Amino acid sequence: MTKLLTITLALLANTAFAADAEFSLVIRDHRFEPVELIVPAGKKIKLKVENKDATPEEFESHELNREKVIAGNSSTTIYVGPLDPGRYPFFGEFNAKTAQGALVAQ
Amino acid sequence: MFGSAIIVFRETLEAALIIGIIAAATHQVPGRNRWLAAGLLAGLAGAITVAAATGAIAEMASGLGQELFNAAILGIAVLMLAWHNIWMSAHGKELASSARSTGHDIGEGKRECSVLFAIIALAVLREGSETALFLYGIATADGQGGHTTLMGGLLGLAAGTVVGWALYAGLLRIPLRWFFSATSVLVLLLAAGMASQAARFLIQADMVPSLAEPMWDSSALLPPDSALGILLHGLAGYDARPAGMQIIFYAVAFITIAIGMKLTNRKSSTN
Repeated sequence: MTKLLTITLALLANTAFAADAEFSLVIRDHRFEPVELIVPAGKKIKLKVENKDATPEEFESHELNREKVIAGNSSTTIYVGPLDPGRYPFFGEFNAKTAQGALVAQ
Repeated sequence: MFGSAIIVFRETLEAALIIGIIAAATHQVPGRNRWLAAGLLAGLAGAITVAAATGAIAEMASGLGQELFNAAILGIAVLMLAWHNIWMSAHGKELASSARSTGHDIGEGKRECSVLFAIIALAVLREGSETALFLYGIATADGQGGHTTLMGGLLGLAAGTVVGWALYAGLLRIPLRWFFSATSVLVLLLAAGMASQAARFLIQADMVPSLAEPMWDSSALLPPDSALGILLHGLAGYDARPAGMQIIFYAVAFITIAIGMKLTNRKSSTN
């Protein structure tokens, strides 16, 4: 019974992961890499953001309606979408002068 | 310096608006000043603790701890604001109408004070932790004008406090017969706005479905980073691109609290 449950859960988890497209961004020297990330439209996206700087950063986007603090030298996950095709700028609020980027949904 | 002033101002403003409204709404509750100050101090201590633990909190719940933490804080704050508003609709009039009521029903008054304490502490904790983190990052970053950035931060803090104080002073000038309606509407909007923000964090963590995101886009009409947009976000949870689930959270919080107020109000007037 427990075995069956484990298998079912594993399958469920698998399908859940398969449904989300996964993409990653890196923050280095208060800049996003890549500056533009192309993602599929109409799909939920699991965005991994890794902060390689020692200082914290806040990933923020009015267009995506997202906001998340990322501690120095750590990484995080942000779910976005499903998005309509278009350009969705985001920025690092703590270093907005240099930390600018965008998701491009196609 | 200007950039850091704006960041700190925005964080301070949200907390200051909440404090201004709650301080005005409870200005007749005996012993309120002490509880307010205690809430402020507890919130500051909490903010520093949370900022220091950001990495650890973020790693909880497989990287979604921050969203859950924020949603939980907001959820508790909504409950506290609801309790406050319902309590006020039962006791507000008697508090205002006579000095006799001072000391009357001490148990109830104490409970209201601890709710006041919690609301203030949670507001300061949530907004303060991001500010503390930002300033910490600046302070530890080597060289390049950390000093002026800190000065900017202090400027932002002062400006946010002034706006909160102005709101408080303005609310106290409202004539008595409208005062309770005005403050309870503001608290109701605060609570509903926080419920919507809690939903946004849960969507961001993929814990609840977004149910169409965005429902609408009013960012051209009222940009979320304009002065009015920021103010309305702090006061009533304005969101230029809300998800369907946020609107449901907003409506449920709003209607539930409004019904609770109506029911207690009717009960207290028949007594």
